[in-house]
Amino acid sequence: MNTVTKPPRTDERQLHPEHPTEDPHTILHNGRRLDHAEGSSRPLKSRPEPQPRGAKVHGNRPVDQAEAAARFIASPEHEKMHDARLWDLRQKRDREMHAIPEWEDLRSLASAIKEHTLTHLDHYLEQFEASAQANGVHVHWAADAAEHNRTVHGILKDHGARTLIKSKSMLTEECGFRPYMASVGIEVIETDLGERIQELDNEDPSHVVVPAVHKLRTDVAKVFSETIGTDPDNSDVHYLAEAQRTATRPLILAADAGMTGCNFAVAETGTVAVCTNEGNADLSANVPKLHIASIGIEKLIPRLEHLAVFVRLLSRSALGSPLTQYTSHFRGPRKGAEMHIVLVDNGRSQRLAMHQFWTSLKCIRCGACMNTCPVYRRSGGLSYGATYSGPIGLIIDPTYNARKFSALPFSSTLNGSCTNVCPVKINIHEQIYAWRRELVRQHEVPFIKTALMKAAGELLSHPAAYRAAIGAANAVLAHLPRFVIYNGLNAWGKHREVPTPPKQTFHSWYRSNRGGAS
Amino acid sequence: MSSREQILQRVRSNLPRVERPLPAVPPFDETRPASLLTKFKESLERMGGLFLEVPPVSDPRLAVHTQLAGAKVVCSIVPEFTGNRRIEDVRIPQDLADVDFAIVRASFAVAETGSVLLSEAELGTNAVAYLAQHLIVLLDPDDIVINLHHAYRRSEFRERHYASLHTGPSATADIEGVLIHGAQGVRSLSVLPFPRAIARSAI
Repeated sequence: MNTVTKPPRTDERQLHPEHPTEDPHTILHNGRRLDHAEGSSRPLKSRPEPQPRGAKVHGNRPVDQAEAAARFIASPEHEKMHDARLWDLRQKRDREMHAIPEWEDLRSLASAIKEHTLTHLDHYLEQFEASAQANGVHVHWAADAAEHNRTVHGILKDHGARTLIKSKSMLTEECGFRPYMASVGIEVIETDLGERIQELDNEDPSHVVVPAVHKLRTDVAKVFSETIGTDPDNSDVHYLAEAQRTATRPLILAADAGMTGCNFAVAETGTVAVCTNEGNADLSANVPKLHIASIGIEKLIPRLEHLAVFVRLLSRSALGSPLTQYTSHFRGPRKGAEMHIVLVDNGRSQRLAMHQFWTSLKCIRCGACMNTCPVYRRSGGLSYGATYSGPIGLIIDPTYNARKFSALPFSSTLNGSCTNVCPVKINIHEQIYAWRRELVRQHEVPFIKTALMKAAGELLSHPAAYRAAIGAANAVLAHLPRFVIYNGLNAWGKHREVPTPPKQTFHSWYRSNRGGAS
Repeated sequence: MSSREQILQRVRSNLPRVERPLPAVPPFDETRPASLLTKFKESLERMGGLFLEVPPVSDPRLAVHTQLAGAKVVCSIVPEFTGNRRIEDVRIPQDLADVDFAIVRASFAVAETGSVLLSEAELGTNAVAYLAQHLIVLLDPDDIVINLHHAYRRSEFRERHYASLHTGPSATADIEGVLIHGAQGVRSLSVLPFPRAIARSAI
C-alpha cells in the first residue's frame, strides 16, 4: 500500500511553509500566543544564510547607505525576516493604539510637554540637578562624548572598579563608550540579550530598541559558539537565550559597578526612569555597590504626572506592548551604595539653536519610525553607518557630522509614515526634506545629484515644459525594452517593477473631459 | 568655565524663542472597568504574568504552597509566609543568587497594565526581585489603581529611592521575535490576591 505523505501544515503568514506553524516552546495563555515585550504576533523562522555586514565606514568620507543596503537585499533570508519582524512590531503598535481612545491626546500632550521642557531646558536642568543632589546623588556634567567617557572612567577609578555591567543606552553608543573603556582596561558587560549579542560580535546595535534584529538565529548561534561556547549546530532560540543567561549571571554577580541609561529624567523629583523588558537595568543598578546613570540633557521632563504620558506611549509605540516588563524609578542610592548621574550635552545644546531641526530633540527613542520605514525595513540599521539609523537617524546624524552623513537624508521615500507614527509628533519627513536642502546649501551633496535636482527644479517650475516632458516620458516608457529600464543606472528599476505608464496624462484627460478654460 | 556652566550657558543662548506653555494632564479615567481586579488580572496575563486564583472561603496560602513544592531556597519578605532564607541575614545582594522563590507584597497595582509596584520598602534588598528564579507577589485587591495617571500620583514615587513597576516576568524576544521568559531576571511572576492583615483587622 502506498503511503501518502501529507504536506506540512502551512500558514501563509510564515516565511517558509515547511516550518511547523508553532514552535513547541511557544508561550500560550488560554490557547492564545502571547506577544508581549518584543514577541512577534506570528511564528517566523528563517533558513540559514551568511550575515550581510553593515556600511563600510571610511573616516569622514560620506557613508554609502545604498551600497550596504544592496548587500542586505542580496541576502533574502535576512531581508525577509527583518522586514516581517519590524512590520509585525508596527502592526502590534497599531493594535495598541486602537485600544486606547485617548491615543491622539497622549501624542499631543507628549509633544507639548517636550516642547515646553526644551524651551525652558536651563531651568529644568538646574531643578533636576538640585533634586538629585538633595536625594544624595552625585551629579556630573559632560560637554561632549570624550568628557562623558573620562568622567565615567574617573568615577570607576575612584572606586577601584575594573568590571562594569550595563544596560542598553544609545547615549553610550553615541559616545563610543565601549571602545574607550576597552582602551583603559575596564571590562564592559552588556546585559541586554540583543546588545550582548552585538557586543560579542563586535558590531554596533542596528536598532534603538531591538539591537540584533538584523541577525538570524543561525547568526546568533555562530556568535555564541565562538564566544560563550555553545553548540554551533544548535540554533534553538530557547537554548541560545538560556546559554546567555547562564554565562552572564556570574559576571553580573562579580561586577564592581553598574551602569544604566535613562528614558526620562523628572526634574521635580530627580527621578531617573529606565524601561527594560529583561530587568537587566535593575540588576545592573541593584547588584553592584555603584550605579552610574548616563543621561542626555534632552531626556528631562518637568513632573511625575508627565511621566505617565510618556510611559503609556513608549512601549506601545516601540513594540506594541502596553508597557515594558520593568519600568524602574531611581531617585537615590540604596543603603550602603552610591549613585552617580552624568548629564551629557554632546551636540544637543547646538541642535537647540537650529530652528528647522530643534524639535528632533523631542525623540524618546522608541524606534516606531524605523519599524514603519520601507527603506529601513529592507536595508537594515547597520547600512546607515551611524549610531542612529532609520528616519530619526536621517535627521539627527547630520547634526554630528554633515559631511559623513550627507547622503543619509536621501535614503527616504518621504512617504510621511514616520511622522504619522511618531509618539511625540516630530515632523520627521519634513525635516528629512529640509536636511536635503540644507546639505545642498552647505555643498555636501555630490555634483551629479545637485545637477539632476537643479534640472528637475527647472522642469517643475515651468508647467508647460513639465507637461511636454511627462507626456514624452510616458510614451517612451511604454515602448522601451526591459533592459533599458532595468539597468544599473536607474535606481528606481532595482527590485521593483516600474508602473505601467498611463495612456494619457491627467492634464490632457482633464482638458478633453472637463475641457474649456485652461 | 566648568562644563556645567558651559552647557547651561549654551542652552540659554540657544533656547528656541517660542511660547510653549506646559499642558495639564487629565487623568483619563472616565471609563472605569466593572472590576479593577478583573481588569488587572487580564492585563497581567497578557504580559505573561500568572494570577493565582483563590477559591472562595479558602486559605490563599494554599495556592502558593503548590507552587513552592520542590523549591530549595525560599526567601519570604512577608509575614504571611515562612521561607528558609531570612532577608535580615542578607549582607550583600550576591547572597541571594541561589534563591528559587522570593515572596513579596506589592505596594499597589495598576489595572490598565497589570503592573505591581515594588520598592525598597517591600524588597528589603532590591536585588531579590531580579536574582530569584521566580517571584510571588501578594496584592491586596484594595490596592489597585485604574491607570498609570493615577499610579504616578502615589507617594511612593516621591518618598522611595527605588520603585519599580513589574509587569509580568523578565522577558526577551531579541532573537527572531521568539518570546522567552526569564531573560536575565525572574522566569515567572505570580500575583496572589491576599488582603493586608492590617486592613483586615481594621474591619
